Amino acid sequence: MNRSRLPLSCLTALTAVSLLAVCPPQAGAQGARTIAITGARINTVSGPVIENGTVVIADGRILSVGAGAPVPAGAEVIDGTGLEVTPGFFDAMSQVGLTEISAVNATNDITETGPYNPQIDAATAVHPATDHIPVARANGVTHAVAVPGLAAGGPGGANAPVIGGQASAFHLDGWTIEEMLINRSVGMVVNWPSLRTRVRDPQTFAFRSRPFREAKDEQAKQTRELARWITDARDYRAARSKGADRIDRNLKLEALAPYVAGERPWLLQATTERDIRDAVAFFVDTHKQKIVLVGADEAWKVAPLLAEKKVPVILGPTQALPGSDDDPYDATMAAPAVLHKAGVTFALSTYTSSDVRNLPYEIGTAVGFGLPREAAVRAITLTPAQLLGLDGSLGSIEPGKVANLVVTRGDPLEIRSTVTHVFVKGVPVSLESRHTQLYERYKNRPRPAAAGTK
Amino acid sequence: MTRRIPLLATLTVAVCTAWPAVAQNATAPVTAIRNATILTVTKGTIEKGTIVIRNGRIATVGANIDVPRGATEIDATGLYVMPGIIDAHSHIAVDGSVNELSLSVTAMVGIEDVLNPDDIDIYRGLAGGVTTANVLHGSGNAIGGKNAVIKLRWGKEARALLFEGALPGIKFALGENPKRASASPNAGAERRYPTTRMGVIDVIREAFVEARAYQGRWRGYDAAVKAGDRTAVAPARDLALEPLVEILEGKRLVHAHSYRADEILQLLRLAEEFKFKVATLQHVLEGYKVADEIAKHGAGGSTFSDWWGYKFEVVDAIPYNAALMTDRGVLVSINSDSAEEHRHLNQEAAKTMKYGGLSEEQALKLITLNPATQLGIDKRVGSIEVGKDADLVLYTAHPLSVYAIPQQVLIDGVVYFDRAKDLQARDTRAKAKQALKDKEKAGAAPARSTPTETTPKVETTPRVEGDR
Repeated sequence: MNRSRLPLSCLTALTAVSLLAVCPPQAGAQGARTIAITGARINTVSGPVIENGTVVIADGRILSVGAGAPVPAGAEVIDGTGLEVTPGFFDAMSQVGLTEISAVNATNDITETGPYNPQIDAATAVHPATDHIPVARANGVTHAVAVPGLAAGGPGGANAPVIGGQASAFHLDGWTIEEMLINRSVGMVVNWPSLRTRVRDPQTFAFRSRPFREAKDEQAKQTRELARWITDARDYRAARSKGADRIDRNLKLEALAPYVAGERPWLLQATTERDIRDAVAFFVDTHKQKIVLVGADEAWKVAPLLAEKKVPVILGPTQALPGSDDDPYDATMAAPAVLHKAGVTFALSTYTSSDVRNLPYEIGTAVGFGLPREAAVRAITLTPAQLLGLDGSLGSIEPGKVANLVVTRGDPLEIRSTVTHVFVKGVPVSLESRHTQLYERYKNRPRPAAAGTK
Repeated sequence: MTRRIPLLATLTVAVCTAWPAVAQNATAPVTAIRNATILTVTKGTIEKGTIVIRNGRIATVGANIDVPRGATEIDATGLYVMPGIIDAHSHIAVDGSVNELSLSVTAMVGIEDVLNPDDIDIYRGLAGGVTTANVLHGSGNAIGGKNAVIKLRWGKEARALLFEGALPGIKFALGENPKRASASPNAGAERRYPTTRMGVIDVIREAFVEARAYQGRWRGYDAAVKAGDRTAVAPARDLALEPLVEILEGKRLVHAHSYRADEILQLLRLAEEFKFKVATLQHVLEGYKVADEIAKHGAGGSTFSDWWGYKFEVVDAIPYNAALMTDRGVLVSINSDSAEEHRHLNQEAAKTMKYGGLSEEQALKLITLNPATQLGIDKRVGSIEVGKDADLVLYTAHPLSVYAIPQQVLIDGVVYFDRAKDLQARDTRAKAKQALKDKEKAGAAPARSTPTETTPKVETTPRVEGDR
């Protein structure tokens, strides 16, 4: 089997040089390769599962897939017997690259100051050499979206922006952000001005209360401002298209233009049932905007509405506490199944950086609570790609798509399964990380001399 | 010294003696769990097995067991049964703050005084298969308050949560938290000592120097009384020092919040200097770097499965920690420290198979027998064996699978969580809540004299005030 050869080159280099040296990115390093994985169970996601099938990768893309797909002459062959091939997992709402150690503020580039920052984008700040990328990748996450300006702990948090900036999608491998980038601007973050009066201060972890009147006034003011941004951006685009040189460039309105025109979705964060209803009424009913509802903790309470309005959702982790003591104990774990049954289009993301590696287990947890397994796999592969307009090249195993794949021995959603290979843009990437390197170093710490031999 | 062992110990004795009295009741209920895949943790797996529970304890367990006549039967066909999960680090069921932050040594306070049996997180944990939790004081102080080991007997009053006979313990804390690294003091306010790791260890050492002197005064007094000195005057009691004397006498367990390898070693050496043992190092995310030293001291390690990246002192945290420490002979448990995380500790245990290659049995022990041993309650709980408490979880799939969810959870042989009943009750509860809301609204309406909407019209759906 070729399997062991692939990560080994990296391992050897590490031992030779320095244990904590960062394993170099693979992209572009080895040029175009043709690789065939044969005899594997293939979760195509877009079509039926193929037992004993072959996937052929060439020039970074999937060349063919099927039970009888021919192996091109000269292809490197990976014997996939007993293995499963699945589209690489996609964490569509993450903080990868924007934070290293959350309590050390100097390492955080998540939220810019000020209420309206549509002009900034996450790709500008994503740190390609972050320790978080190899860690996430080793568990099969091949691409992610870094999301700026999402209010910590939901809307209404201290100093939360209203428009947080543009979310950027990128592959989890590459020497520079330019090599990694999929799309600099896949979503515009907006935190719905919440009516919640009990808000969590992320600095102190303490809750504080504000008078309802204050929340109401603030919401009235901010929704007026939002409406203004939408009309201004429309007017700006129309005016620029007619006579560009007579209108001064405005970076904020320029950034908003494709979003208010419905070309790309707002990533609209609303948490509680009431906020979700209000936010949908404002963006969809009144302003006819294209939205993806994010951070929607209580989406399960308004599933029929979301189905009726065809509002898609990117859920947060299933392993989270319900918002209220009165909610069912399993509200968060059952949420994907509730949305699925109601016919709501949904994806699931971690909304973190350090926990991205748990993405498959987060959605796996929902299966016990009634989500069909196929729907679970789809929620972290094809659906998030569709919601962000990336499904032309990502999210399923189909000829022509970018070969971001994860190969596992065992069910890809199970913790006990082993990830044997991860492909990013058709290239097998290292499964080494800071964690495996420290593991190797300390596993080999000499044991104390046995008693009597000293 | 026995006269100074406080109320806690007296109560515990009382409850302990009451326990066998119940057990001897001939008409006590008998329950039988049938047709289960039984993960005993200590004695392998039994397919299609039966567990007979009498008086809250496991009476028999095996494959070919007759069910006693009149027993309440639980059909566990297709289900897996494992011992109830024991969470060695929890802050559930606490009324208010878990940190008495005014001093650096707060050994006089205890969680037992603030147990809140109505905390919904008890029920949520129970629904995640947890039956026992070590409820600890926070990590704000070098020497924090006393802990309370509880069983998650949802619906019982506070006293009835206490795990009868569990060894008392106390929280210590090292590193960033006790030095208040992330706290921003009020302008002009003096910072509290300690603010460095040097100060933290000094605070603990000073406290034990005092405790030794205090212990000496009492020993002198006891000796004088024994020698017949009727004029001997008892020293004044010191409630902060008494728990520390108990530590010196091996009567109280130290649960020490710690992260970095160097601070772990410092504490172990300090304990050795004062001739006591650290029972558990909590979090201990760099424990893998000094696993040999921890094993030699005899401390247990109670750690997270895979948390990292949240503060600087966990910069070297790796998910292989539990496996590496286990491999070097440390008694390891996986804990939650979180009302959320304790709902799926079975999954967290499974991660040690992925990261470091522990066996299935080793993984299950991390959340059952090992924490029981660390807390000194392993004679009562932690495995499915005859004579142990019938604290059991019935899972829909193998508990190390992400697809497994608890169907029923028993404590002392009593079903405290039943998913089917929980699902059934939801409609009734929702209606009852709505009725209360309607009543409140009806009652409140006449009092509302001003119109609700005085601000400019916002583009939102109309709603009444709420969610305050």
